Amino acid sequence: MSNQSGRMLPEVTAESRDFWTGGFEDELRIYRCRACRGWIHPPVGACWRCHSRDVGPEVASGTGKVAAYTVNHHQWFPAFPPPYVIAAVELDDQPDVRLTTCLVECDVDAVEVGMAVEVVFDKQDDVALPFFRPVTK
Amino acid sequence: MTFVDDRAVITGIGQSQIGRRIGRTGIDLALEASERAVEHAGLSFDDIDGVASYPGPVNAEGGFVGATTHDVRDAFGLKTRWHVSGVETSGQIGTLLDAAAAVASGRATHVLCFRSVWEATAQASGRAAALTGKMARASGHSEFRLPFGAASPANWIGMYAQRYMHEFGLTREQIGKLVINGRRNAGLNPNAIYRDPMTMDDYLGARLISWPLGLYDCDVPCDGATAIIVSRREASTGLNNSPLAIEAAGASLAERHTWDQRADLTTMASHDAADSMWETTKLTPGDVDFATLYDGFSYLTTQWIEALGFCEHGKVGQFLDEEDRYRLDGELPINPHGGQLSAGRLHGYGFLHEACVQLWREGGDRQIAKDVEIAAVGIGGGPEAGCMLLRREG
Repeated sequence: MSNQSGRMLPEVTAESRDFWTGGFEDELRIYRCRACRGWIHPPVGACWRCHSRDVGPEVASGTGKVAAYTVNHHQWFPAFPPPYVIAAVELDDQPDVRLTTCLVECDVDAVEVGMAVEVVFDKQDDVALPFFRPVTK
Repeated sequence: MTFVDDRAVITGIGQSQIGRRIGRTGIDLALEASERAVEHAGLSFDDIDGVASYPGPVNAEGGFVGATTHDVRDAFGLKTRWHVSGVETSGQIGTLLDAAAAVASGRATHVLCFRSVWEATAQASGRAAALTGKMARASGHSEFRLPFGAASPANWIGMYAQRYMHEFGLTREQIGKLVINGRRNAGLNPNAIYRDPMTMDDYLGARLISWPLGLYDCDVPCDGATAIIVSRREASTGLNNSPLAIEAAGASLAERHTWDQRADLTTMASHDAADSMWETTKLTPGDVDFATLYDGFSYLTTQWIEALGFCEHGKVGQFLDEEDRYRLDGELPINPHGGQLSAGRLHGYGFLHEACVQLWREGGDRQIAKDVEIAAVGIGGGPEAGCMLLRREG
């Protein structure tokens, strides 16, 4: 078991540190190119669009839409009792940038493509996992 | 442009015993398949001067790496001029395309290519790493998936399948027709793992793994090895079999190597690979007599059907409704051996093997009735795909 929660936590790297810890300040930090202003995820040391190496984390809106999802029915992890929803969430900041994430606080049968979601951080040990939940307002 | 100037051909194939938990090591299976392939070609091990394999000595648990090129070289005392393996390749047959390039450029004459797995035995003997066990932290390609409970390719591919179904109305019943077709073919394959007929009720009634993928959309871990001999064309005369030309091949990846950033989630790298393959031949999808298409998960096959141009993008559901079209006696038979869903997860190489079996008319009860000359082989899915067109000569 990786920790008390039964989560499989990420190995934090120099490039991913801000992504995994921004949630402690309630910030969703995503890599962004300072030259062309395109967002980049997963974080990598150059901009695949314009090839600038001037890239680094910035605070994203934390809102997005479900681009695709799957309802997992198989028990893989103690901390994730099935059924649970895994989704590719496209960021409102730039829809072709997506996070694979877990949808929480939702009815697994009511999820649909295009559903508006917002980040909610699941804090475990030294990381804050950016999960998403439906926007209810 | 042609693929390696048509200078690489396939001269022999071999497969080991295949089964569930047969209690043999991956090296043992690789050696058995290799011996059979060399013998099938009419070569001796003294003739083999190249070795290629997928994925090589990567750190993977659970019988995923049955043997490395060095294991096989050492076991048979091979003196090679060239060898390669690697997981960073285009689908599991990527290193086979490298082998074709190697013989075409004179770096080797006869390359033994193999893939060996012993997942069923390894997992039964408790050597699979429990996902929550040995690995304390998710790193590398898992870093951005495992923390969210996205543990399996079933999850990653399930998302692609869901989006495609949302866009184009593909149904589970339509995918099920493809799965049932594979099982029907497997019934004629004495080496298949699952041979009992499957009904639509069986398919739809099986437990869900990751919506929309159910149990029968996921392939079956097994033990087995496959070997293929790639030879320089000039060195192929006088051997046992009339050579099979590698008419065309594709290995392109046009976007980032990720499972979730592709611009169009209703396509995969299969489309990139297929597009580049068609650029290397004057043949067209209409010239293909049959196809062996990767089905590590059923949805991946639907991607290959579209990518290779057997139907328009978005129309695979309608294609699948025309079941007569892709049966053994149809216009475009698909996976005569049953695919990995029924015949076992030989992990890519099994599809290439079956294409050769059919072209050499060695298929026995499952031999396609019509004369077959051109086979399309599509291997992989998600961000990793490679494909080939094989042509029988004579």
